Amino acid sequence: MPTLLREASLKRQAVLDLLFRNVTRLAAFIVLALLAAIIGSLIMGSLPAIRAFGFGFITSSEWNPVTDQYGALIPIIGTLVTSGIALVIAIPVSFGIALFLTELSPKWLRRPLGIAVELLAGIPSIIYGMWGLFIFAPLFADHVEPWINNHIGTLPVLGPFFSGPPMGIGILTAGIILAIMVIPFIASVMRDVFDVVPTMLKESAYGLGATTWEVMWNVVLPYTKIGVVGGIMLGLGRALGETMAVTFVIGNAHDLSKSLLMPGNSISSALANEFTEAVGELYTSSLIELGLILFFITFVVLSLARFMLYRLAKGEGRSA
Amino acid sequence: MSAEQIISAPKLIVRDLNFYYGADRALKDINLVIPEKMVTAFIGPSGCGKSTLLRTFNRMYQLYPKQRATGEILLDGENLLDKKQDLNNLRSKIGMVFQKPTPFPMSIHDNIAFGVKLYENLSKHDMEERVEWALKKAALWNEVKDKLKQSGTGLSGGQQQRLCIARAIAVKPQVLLLDEPTSALDPISTAHIEKLIDELKQDFTIVIVTHNMQQAARVSDFTAYMYLGDLIEFGDTSAVFTNPKRKETEDYITGRFG
Amino acid sequence: MFDLYTRRRIINVLTLSISVFTMAFGLFWLVWILWTLLENGLPNLGVHIFTQTTPPPGSSGGLINAIFGSLMMTIIGVMIGTPIGILAGTYLAEFGQRGWLAPITRFINDVLLSAPSIVIGMFVYEIYVSKVQHFAGWGGAFALAIIVIPVVIRTTENMLRLVPNSLREAAAALGAPQWKVITFVTLRGARAGILTGILLAVARVSGETAPLLFTALNNQFWSSNMNQPMANLPVVIFQFAMSPYNDWQNLAWAGALLITLSVLTLNIVARVMFRQKSNHQ
Repeated sequence: MPTLLREASLKRQAVLDLLFRNVTRLAAFIVLALLAAIIGSLIMGSLPAIRAFGFGFITSSEWNPVTDQYGALIPIIGTLVTSGIALVIAIPVSFGIALFLTELSPKWLRRPLGIAVELLAGIPSIIYGMWGLFIFAPLFADHVEPWINNHIGTLPVLGPFFSGPPMGIGILTAGIILAIMVIPFIASVMRDVFDVVPTMLKESAYGLGATTWEVMWNVVLPYTKIGVVGGIMLGLGRALGETMAVTFVIGNAHDLSKSLLMPGNSISSALANEFTEAVGELYTSSLIELGLILFFITFVVLSLARFMLYRLAKGEGRSA
Repeated sequence: MSAEQIISAPKLIVRDLNFYYGADRALKDINLVIPEKMVTAFIGPSGCGKSTLLRTFNRMYQLYPKQRATGEILLDGENLLDKKQDLNNLRSKIGMVFQKPTPFPMSIHDNIAFGVKLYENLSKHDMEERVEWALKKAALWNEVKDKLKQSGTGLSGGQQQRLCIARAIAVKPQVLLLDEPTSALDPISTAHIEKLIDELKQDFTIVIVTHNMQQAARVSDFTAYMYLGDLIEFGDTSAVFTNPKRKETEDYITGRFG
Repeated sequence: MFDLYTRRRIINVLTLSISVFTMAFGLFWLVWILWTLLENGLPNLGVHIFTQTTPPPGSSGGLINAIFGSLMMTIIGVMIGTPIGILAGTYLAEFGQRGWLAPITRFINDVLLSAPSIVIGMFVYEIYVSKVQHFAGWGGAFALAIIVIPVVIRTTENMLRLVPNSLREAAAALGAPQWKVITFVTLRGARAGILTGILLAVARVSGETAPLLFTALNNQFWSSNMNQPMANLPVVIFQFAMSPYNDWQNLAWAGALLITLSVLTLNIVARVMFRQKSNHQ
């Protein structure tokens, strides 16, 4: 190609290069703008409620559309407690599953089981909700809750937390369903970090005569603790924001009760139930402020999780 | 030492040992005697089976379903490969140090206490004494005595490997298996560890696998040369290196191949 | 009580048995849920689902308007979200080595990826629905797009990173400008993985209810007007399942089965496809 034509072509390529780079950069900015817009609009929408209730919004358990008095305490507690129950159940179970997949399972079984775990994670939450409401809750009410009432509800310290009418729905049920939803997430992360523990390290422990459990508990788990905690926080983030599964079974009652067997409310279920029917600026704004609080909580949890996983990656880079 | 002298103080006797990775036979009819409180080296080109042979002594292969061994390995008369042989018991008598330092993610003290706790219920004071003893024997005590609570992973490579040696010694085994222990270390750390091996053989029977012939010549009393799963030659180290009986050995030693 | 040796043995056997139990525990729920779906959904699955629209309470009908609405909003949401996602993912992988924009974008992407979808729905409500004063299919599509974007960004970036540098260098050595290297070589090399990411994103949004609650809401009748409230499967299921009417509940089960089958199929197809392509490579 003659020099002049080539120069013109090169120039055009340079322009196209610049264009391409800036288009992709623009797309990245869109992501930033999206987050800013979300936070911005949530804050703007919450302003009337913030002005009306101030900080007391978080501590008030009042929720009365008639008198226009709103407080976030019940939904916040509901969100935290159901997520807490979910984690208490999910963490040991996920650990057990990850242990099984990495140390105990025969090789040919590993992939199908891994897929099964991921399928569990892929089931839409509304399915969990329906199943929870129609299948799990009645069984729970008929067979498990009376037992809980009679055996744990009568214990001295724990009793009040576990007594109540066996309706099947309620905070405990919601927590259990959340646990089942969250288990595949945490188990997958744990399995992934367990898989990359250096074989030589495990063999060193086996070589001293340690049993499989002793190797897992004393060597593998401490070695992977950052990744494990990161995975748990990711599961926590999911549990906190989960809407449909919880809405079906939590009972949607703006009541603060000690007992886990009683119905309650979580932030997301309150939003799901009331947002479209809320009339009045203060009502709507209070709901939006609830959403803002939820977003803030999940944001903090997720940031912590990413931070831990980031530290893990850095650590591996150092010792690799 | 003559052949009779070797056989009169054997620690491990290997008889008709065959090892299989699935259908592949990796060790072929190995017959060998490891003498007590001496250093025996396994040398040979990559893939000759020296590490495989070493790992049969503490049945490390048992972690992997496709690997199996037939034959006998007698430790003080008892067959290690016997199914009834208890693995924990075996591994308390035969310790292993690996190619790369593998400190556990815990403090230096806990690293060493880990193995001991598996077998003995020591009081805090006794445990500290054992830890000190092990670290002194591994020539690491002076360097870490002020930081026993710090993580084992914070040490240098050579120190970490000595920590692993201390950890293996702490359970007071009879045999120490070293699988290329200095291959990941710099020359100075390597020299430290070679000196350490010379001291340790007063208390332990040592078997070392090395791909470095010169190291075998420096460190060992007896040498076994292996090739493609066969034991080609075994004898006094100076004899094997200066006057090898087999041509294959000579070819390897002189660098004509390998 | 027991000596050290026996105690260790017992603990080992105990904990490993518990581990087996937890695996069975997890599988149990999966099997039970899928079984329930099949048991309640299959009998209600029939041609009528695909030919009739959602009925008023107490009468029979189908789900075709909901299915159509879901398809429309999913497709449009994916069409909006995917280009943005691929472009941003490309930026992160190819141009993001220096500077502040890439790390921050990655972090924010992670936040968006795991943000509660109900908050996303509220956001779209605030900026769109309340401004135009009515629910609309566009709002639903837009909300779904916001959910699609982070998923596509994440997989695009990961897949692009897997393309070996030697490929890029070979193209550059021929004198190709960077934009050609990226579009003709790198993106093409990561094509299978990116497609998988899109399929997974589709699977993810197919089951989302919360973002549609405040945006598209629902529509009892057939409508293909995106400017109107639009029927969709998840919200219909929500409404019908929580109702006391048997007909409605039956339809809810059928819809639930449909959604689950599509989501699981998409997941499996995505995985199989990805494994096939990487086997070729």
